[in-house]
Amino acid sequence: MSTSVAADSHPLGPLQNPGRVGGLTDVFRRRYLLKLLVRKELRVRYQGSVIGFAWSYVKPAVRFLMYYFIIGLILGPRSLENRALHIFAGMIMVSFFTNALTAGTKSVVKNKSLVRKINLPREMFPVASIMVSAYHMVPMYVIMLFGCLLTGWQPDFGAFVAGVMALAVVLTWGLGVALLLSALNVFFRDMSNIVDVVQTVITWTVPMIYPFGIIADRFRETNQVIYELYLSSPLCIAVLLNDRAFWVPSVERPQVALSEELPAYLFQRGLLMIVLGLVFVWIAQAVFARLESRFAEKV
Amino acid sequence: MAQAVVVDGVTKTFKLANHKTMKKLVVNAAKRRPLSRSFTALEDVSFTLDQGESIGLMGLNGSGKSTLLKLISGVMSPDFGQVLTRGRIAGLIEVGAGFHPDLTGRENIYLNGAILGMSETEIDNKFDLILGFSEMEKFLDSEVRHYSSGQFMRLAFAVAVHTDCDIFLIDEVLAVGDQPFRKKCMKRILELKAEGRTMVFVSHNAKQVLRICERGLVLDAGRVVFEGSAADAVKTIKYDITDEDED
Repeated sequence: MSTSVAADSHPLGPLQNPGRVGGLTDVFRRRYLLKLLVRKELRVRYQGSVIGFAWSYVKPAVRFLMYYFIIGLILGPRSLENRALHIFAGMIMVSFFTNALTAGTKSVVKNKSLVRKINLPREMFPVASIMVSAYHMVPMYVIMLFGCLLTGWQPDFGAFVAGVMALAVVLTWGLGVALLLSALNVFFRDMSNIVDVVQTVITWTVPMIYPFGIIADRFRETNQVIYELYLSSPLCIAVLLNDRAFWVPSVERPQVALSEELPAYLFQRGLLMIVLGLVFVWIAQAVFARLESRFAEKV
Repeated sequence: MAQAVVVDGVTKTFKLANHKTMKKLVVNAAKRRPLSRSFTALEDVSFTLDQGESIGLMGLNGSGKSTLLKLISGVMSPDFGQVLTRGRIAGLIEVGAGFHPDLTGRENIYLNGAILGMSETEIDNKFDLILGFSEMEKFLDSEVRHYSSGQFMRLAFAVAVHTDCDIFLIDEVLAVGDQPFRKKCMKRILELKAEGRTMVFVSHNAKQVLRICERGLVLDAGRVVFEGSAADAVKTIKYDITDEDED
């Protein structure tokens, strides 16, 4: 048996704890595995269904039509230029986030056979599920860009910045939520029902179906607390940023839309949400790492 | 020789929660019922393994062998004591865990290789070896769901034994497949051993343990009841060497 000094200079490295957790850095280190897991998920998700991948678009398309006709044209809070584009810009954010929420929450439990038997960075599963959800956004962006071109979209520099910021907000918060809830779901299977409730709340508390102007008219002057509370949701900010990017440059008088349908300091709010999102990811990862040591026996 | 595995005073207790949902947790807490029962799977287990050594873990079902393997692989962590390892570890623990029935044999080789820690080039380089070992060339591009359970295990085992690891954890896997394939597996494991890999081997088959391992450890209800040579370990547990299996 060698001395500890000799052991430390061993070609295979030092003796170490086999269960040590490297967190998200380990996921990046093993990105080849991540790529294969994402590819598997994309291949397998709609296997055996007749129209396959198209289901990812049928569902949001139907939702979109309902919002547009029932809420927009029949109940119609008030006329809004390019309403379809306004709804769609918000829906991309909301459907990514709800997707990330539902799929992310189940991601660890769904892979229980791997979690129980093989030592790999378990953050892999929520991260892969976020990437799958993000992949599904791509065709929606393409459709939206077509819509933009049809309505004479003239993007300014602010539109590009807003579009990128909107993505950054939902990606960071989506990742944080997926990490946190996937870990909690191992211990409390109630999570997926809680997620259903949250999903409904999200749909109605962001200016997607109705324009933000309604909230502003109602509360900006009279009730600052409700107004700021409404704007404190990261998803709300992401939707507003996406409106700024795609809807505002498409209307006839963008300046009017900016002052009436968007809150003041939108970019500052966006930046704050991104920073808070990163902090949230960091916290979520710490919780995940803490709970992870008992995954194998609980899942 | 340098140490490859150090298991030092390890205790592992499982808490079996009496609640699966938040509601039951609240109800149980309100009624002051115990929130969980506990069960000690391993108690104060210690042993060390030098690089290139092979140890056979023996004991009846439920004696803690698999839990010990999971602690060494890092899938679980001990409540008390510590486990230290050196180098890359491959667990041949239920080797098919990473296989997905809807993917083809080829895709599963890559996916499972990556799960076991191989890089893309590493799998590319070993692809032919893996395929040759499994003898599944004909079914390479059909989905694994159409495989028989034996064929499935062949492919899974082939991937696992071609990972470039320093420590192999082997749990009962040699009980699968037909006899020619079992022979081939045994041969491969002896090859790995000859290359100087460290092995922890769980088996109820005394003959296999004697062929692969020079050391033996017998567990009973989570405690070490014997540690010494493999031959003495087999005697301790009174496994019948003339029993079945003729490889």
